[in-house]
Amino acid sequence: MTSTAAQSSLRRTPLFERHRAAGAKLVPFAGWEMPVQYAGIREEHVAVRRRVGIFDVSHMGQVETRGPQAQAFLQRMLSNDVRRIAEGGAQYSVMCRDDGGVLDDLFTYRLAECRFLTVTNSANHEKDLAWLVRHAGDLDVDVIDRHADYAMLAVQGPAARDLIRRLADGALPPRMRCAERTIAGCPMLVCGTGYTGEDGVELLLDPDSAAQVWDAIVAAGATPAGLGARDTLRLEACFHLYGNDLSEDRGPIEAGLGWCCKEETGFIGSEAVAAARAGVSEKLVPFTIDRQGIARQGNPVVGGGVVTSGSFSPCLERGIGMAYVPSERAEPGTAIEIDVRGRLRPATVQRKPLYRKGS
Amino acid sequence: MADASYPEDLLYHPEHDWARVEGEQATFGITWYAQDALGEVVFFDPPKVGDSVSKDEAYTEVESVKAVSDVVAPLSGEVVAINEALEQSPDKINEDPYGEGWLVKVKLSDPAETESLLDASTYEASLQ
Repeated sequence: MTSTAAQSSLRRTPLFERHRAAGAKLVPFAGWEMPVQYAGIREEHVAVRRRVGIFDVSHMGQVETRGPQAQAFLQRMLSNDVRRIAEGGAQYSVMCRDDGGVLDDLFTYRLAECRFLTVTNSANHEKDLAWLVRHAGDLDVDVIDRHADYAMLAVQGPAARDLIRRLADGALPPRMRCAERTIAGCPMLVCGTGYTGEDGVELLLDPDSAAQVWDAIVAAGATPAGLGARDTLRLEACFHLYGNDLSEDRGPIEAGLGWCCKEETGFIGSEAVAAARAGVSEKLVPFTIDRQGIARQGNPVVGGGVVTSGSFSPCLERGIGMAYVPSERAEPGTAIEIDVRGRLRPATVQRKPLYRKGS
Repeated sequence: MADASYPEDLLYHPEHDWARVEGEQATFGITWYAQDALGEVVFFDPPKVGDSVSKDEAYTEVESVKAVSDVVAPLSGEVVAINEALEQSPDKINEDPYGEGWLVKVKLSDPAETESLLDASTYEASLQ
């Protein structure tokens, strides 16, 4: 049990009272008191796969980068080719140390020619901000902490776009695009992104508007969903979770994120990433447990390797996860064994994703 | 999921297990509090009929979407039956923790052990 003193130091999102009123189980997560579930993880998970769910992800951080050299600066900081983000576009990348270790994985939106908004993982926000400020140096760029300026909602599922469109003042941006819109009477940035493997949007808005917008979206039929369902959904989709599947001790190539690394841009860590392309000893793979049991983070893979994320898949109705395994055993179809609390559980390396939208 | 309840006719172990003692035999399960804390149970890994269980020691585990939890034996004895319905429907542990969600039946080796278990009101008070 967490002590009262520890709990009072946790940060709360503008929707905290909404979560409490809805009967959410609230847990500490990255320094925030967040809803892990309302009705139940399985029910919320299925609601997102079949209809639409709404997540409060206001713990996620935001950093704005603006100025004449904003693009040149981010090109050095982020692994992907920032020049390719059009105005109103979005791009996924990692931020690396010199040795290629992953500091964070991030979505960056281009709001204007010289203005970008990058979404950080909450546990990494302060570290990311300090790293960015430190490297801005003499460049003509401002790096601004915008965490306190935004609440963030994710509305996800096959019915998400229709629901949001009915509350919006205009067409929604397509996938991997963003646009300023008014939804439920509140101006906000609408982004065609998400972390569930379903279609949907993420909304960045004034924290003072968050409760009004949440209420309108729930009234329109979205099921409140917590971090528990967010985790099982992203794991079925094989999206990485920083702190589990990504860390400073691992590079993007072994994590399977080579696709968002463009070494020719000269980003920090690009030399290490280029070297890793020649071969890495371990690779991150998705797996399914063959029969009973659920592997969890930290469970060893027999013969080398470790589970970095493990849970029960409500859609596949079996244990699933991601693990770093020796590269020669990373091929889909490879039989592996995972030591789950002293019991060896046969498992099979799979292709990404473990669950495909609409299947 | 049912509302919180702690039936008067059961004995309780502080590790959130219950026992329904009928002569030399007892049925074991986990309490409403335990299943609520665990969340939706997706696997129950039963012991085998004939296995010995010892009071205060883990004899099986139940697993929810998010976590795995040891289940402690409230009393000692030999497993004489397991709830085979849980293999297909482990969610019965959530829906009916004192009825269809029972875990095992045990032939008790030391019925006097029941004296150290808690009654419903004492157990419920310990949860505050």
